[in-house]
Amino acid sequence: MKKLVALAMCAALCLGGVMTVSAEENVVKIGVFEPASGDNGAGGKQETLGIQYANSVAPTVEIGGTEYQVVLETVDNESSAEKAPSAAADLVSRGVSVVLGTYGSGAAIAASDTFAQAGVPAIGVTCTNPQVTEGNTHYFRICFLDPFQGTVLANFAKDNFEASKAYVLTKLGDDYSAGLGHYFTEAFEGLGGEVISDTFPEGNADFTSYITTAVNEGVDVIFAPTSTEAAQLIIDTAASQGVSVPLLAGDTWDSNVILNAAEGKDVQVYVTTFYQEGGNEEFDAGIKEWINADSTNLANNGGDDTVAAVTAMGYDAYFTALEALKNAGSTDPAAVNEALWDTTYTGVTGEIAFESENGDAIRDTAYVKVANTETGAWDFVAEQGVN
Amino acid sequence: MSKKKSMTISAILFLALIVIIVVLERMLPPTHIALAVLKKGCIYSLVAVSMNLLNGFTGLFSLGQAGFMLIGAYAYAVLTIPVADRASVYMYFDGGIIQFSVPVFVGLLASGLLAALCAWLIGLPVLRLKSDYLAIATLGFAEIIRAFFQWDKLGVVTNGSNMLRKYPTFSTTLFPFLVSAACIGVMVLMINSSYGRAFKAIRDDEIAAEAMGINLAKHKRMAFCVSSFFAGVGGGLLAMYQTSIQAMTFKSSMTYEILLIVVIGGLGSVTGSCLASFLFIASSEWWLRFLDTEMTIGGFKVPLLRSGFRKVVFSVIIMVIVLFARRGIMGDREFSVDGICRFFKNLGKKKEVKQ
Amino acid sequence: MDFISKNLPYLLAGISVGGQYALIAIGYTMVYGILRLINFAHGDIFMVAALVTVYATTSMPLYLSIPLTLVVTVALGLLVERAAYKPLRNAPRMSVMISAIGVSYLLQNLALYVTGGLAQTYPAIPFISGTVQIGPATTKMVTLVTPVLTIVLVFALMQLINHTKIGMAMRAAANDFETSRLMGIKVDNVISMTFLIGSFLAAVGSLLYFTNYASVVPTSGAMPGLKAFVAAVFGGIGSIPGAVIGAFIIGICENIIKGLGWTTFSDAFTFALLIVILIVKPTGLFGEGATDKV
Repeated sequence: MKKLVALAMCAALCLGGVMTVSAEENVVKIGVFEPASGDNGAGGKQETLGIQYANSVAPTVEIGGTEYQVVLETVDNESSAEKAPSAAADLVSRGVSVVLGTYGSGAAIAASDTFAQAGVPAIGVTCTNPQVTEGNTHYFRICFLDPFQGTVLANFAKDNFEASKAYVLTKLGDDYSAGLGHYFTEAFEGLGGEVISDTFPEGNADFTSYITTAVNEGVDVIFAPTSTEAAQLIIDTAASQGVSVPLLAGDTWDSNVILNAAEGKDVQVYVTTFYQEGGNEEFDAGIKEWINADSTNLANNGGDDTVAAVTAMGYDAYFTALEALKNAGSTDPAAVNEALWDTTYTGVTGEIAFESENGDAIRDTAYVKVANTETGAWDFVAEQGVN
Repeated sequence: MSKKKSMTISAILFLALIVIIVVLERMLPPTHIALAVLKKGCIYSLVAVSMNLLNGFTGLFSLGQAGFMLIGAYAYAVLTIPVADRASVYMYFDGGIIQFSVPVFVGLLASGLLAALCAWLIGLPVLRLKSDYLAIATLGFAEIIRAFFQWDKLGVVTNGSNMLRKYPTFSTTLFPFLVSAACIGVMVLMINSSYGRAFKAIRDDEIAAEAMGINLAKHKRMAFCVSSFFAGVGGGLLAMYQTSIQAMTFKSSMTYEILLIVVIGGLGSVTGSCLASFLFIASSEWWLRFLDTEMTIGGFKVPLLRSGFRKVVFSVIIMVIVLFARRGIMGDREFSVDGICRFFKNLGKKKEVKQ
Repeated sequence: MDFISKNLPYLLAGISVGGQYALIAIGYTMVYGILRLINFAHGDIFMVAALVTVYATTSMPLYLSIPLTLVVTVALGLLVERAAYKPLRNAPRMSVMISAIGVSYLLQNLALYVTGGLAQTYPAIPFISGTVQIGPATTKMVTLVTPVLTIVLVFALMQLINHTKIGMAMRAAANDFETSRLMGIKVDNVISMTFLIGSFLAAVGSLLYFTNYASVVPTSGAMPGLKAFVAAVFGGIGSIPGAVIGAFIIGICENIIKGLGWTTFSDAFTFALLIVILIVKPTGLFGEGATDKV
């Protein structure tokens, strides 16, 4: 009996090998390559929400005179550089014309070659590490980069807090975290400041020692570009240790997870981000209604209807992809890739255009927000550029 | 059936496999998930057989496989990144200190040798331990190795905890298939030699084996080093498959995955490990993926289907195999031409009896 | 004074996390003592306990949800034992260990499915969540509560083991499984009791641990579980006081390492300690030397 089962399984393997996906007519597929689990699960889900909302707003697109139905093909890359290539291969074999994502630069870098081999262009939504687009012609992105963000934050720390000593806490093996930490350190030291660096391993839950070290060193700001999972713990620990210096972080912290963690506690949390809620009232109202209408969406957004910047970016990425499809006049990935170079779009997060070397977005400002611990909302602080 | 005849048939089957792979590569687009599964399956077969050599044939319960794969993957990547690309890979470390690169096969050999060397060093103290203690000590070593490779003081060599990429990779499925087949072939020869018989004797009864004049320490060390060598080569191949590597992905859960493959295939069965690798990879990365997306069949929304359900189903299947098919798919038998002939003969006989 | 004020927080964090490891380590050491099984799923039971609390508090008050957590965790521990370990009682030890790995995999994936991959925020429990000032350091109340509670629970457990009938049966089963069965001890009941106690303590441990580190993800149990096991081996597997002392040592050392700036190696250090003790004194600090029978 057991032999028969084994035999049947072998047969299934062979059969499965020759199955191919057949695409229906007048359907264009857009791949959503986002984490739904792992460290970046929360952020990935919020980004996906933006894309899904955009899809509900504009479910069809006219390409070359024909009306196409836009179908989203979603895959979970598990926030992991190891699982990313096969998740990407799965997406590619479903016949997508263009890919959106991913939140978290590590998985984007790991999957990049798979997309390149398949000739499918990808639009990075919030992966800010320079290595994502560097030296290739198929990965684009609509967000700013870490060297820019790191410099903005260093300037902000210097200008607003007159900081001369900073504690930089990054996660081991996280390209986003290490990259942003590196650029912040570079910029901050360039401004004459001193930096104490530390790293924490994956799965670490005890941040007491790190915060203690920061306090003992007498730093003026703590910079912690980490995933929201670690952020919750860092804020909680900082509050229970009575830390009075401000916590600074990058775009990942712009999430209601952070707001909930900081609410009612005595901490100052500053983030740089792509979008400030209220920037486009029509979009805000529309997406809030859409999120509140569905309990799954509400849960994926972290339980309330705060609009995260990554959601707005996901929304813009979808429309940028539609623009590129229109410009290409075909659903052929190669044509879309070609068309992307000259695609421009005015989105809710600002003008989107790609520079001609790596396909990075041309952006020169970031918003700085502070978590209001009483109302549990973000307060706008400043629009910060590079000095 | 004569031995010679069955050898010929095996060789023909092997060639047929190569032909099938070549045909599949021609038919499918190069990034088709089936090819990705085949590539990863080949690599995991190699690693699973190397773990089986230790756990199934020698009876040494080691959980260090991910650590040795990590060493292999890093050795390969560090040595083969083209000099021109080093500056962009080691961007935080000014291009690193290694300013040369070696050909692919030298890199793979180096990854095996370095893993074997580390295994020899680790084996000195650890192999004196027994069963569970050995398992937990090797697991500990794998974690220590991982921390070591992430240490930023070594960043000029290992790029700290950051990604290594831009090293040469393979594009055809034949490459991992042939390399893995060659390595597995070497291990099979070893298992069938007098060394292999000594390994099995140690597994079955250490004290009796020692009484028969088998040098326990020497053979254990040999099994440990050989297993680690091939785990290292497997790590190198995995690096090529992934096109970028990071120490962080070689966690203990990777070892557990490989252990589960070995157990599902059958402890002490080489072909079982290979078969189980392909089934494991295909179901975890491909066949069960439909469970992750919501589906409606004829207006009826299938319940429970959402992100993550695939993994639940998968782990339930694994538990069922572990509990009810304790000896795995193949037990400790091998898949062979003779075996298939016997299988069909037996089937025929059973039917005759029924009639 | 400056030295103390700088280093007190590390020490406090170490003691607190050590106490929490201790509560998990007892589960490992008792199960290993009787079944010779590294119960890899124990850390995940600890994680499930935390998730149960998270979900229970959304629909009921705290004074109901905490007892519910304890009950559910104990039931889960017993269920795992019945479903995954009991059928393998006569199988080779490696099969049982693999079954344990399988259970751990299953629990993590179930948790992933239920939580949808999002980190869950652990509810604040009044009193122990509050902050307190100790000399120059500020910390959570739970830091002080943990070691006290741990010691009280261990004391109670020692009374149970040394002075009750079931305790005697446990010691007998740990000493010689087969003979105690011949002596009329219902070994299955003893094993169930062991899992009951282990899961109960893991649930209490999760209550304390996650009050301190208030975010639960499916892999939250893996590292504390592994470290607690190391603590159990360190202290001498099978010995409850050994496990507790081992856990405190590991908790404190880990935080000192972090304080010294060797954060990359904080986990690795735990394993290095384990390997050293295994090689120097394989039976651990308080373990009884067992001779191999031919």
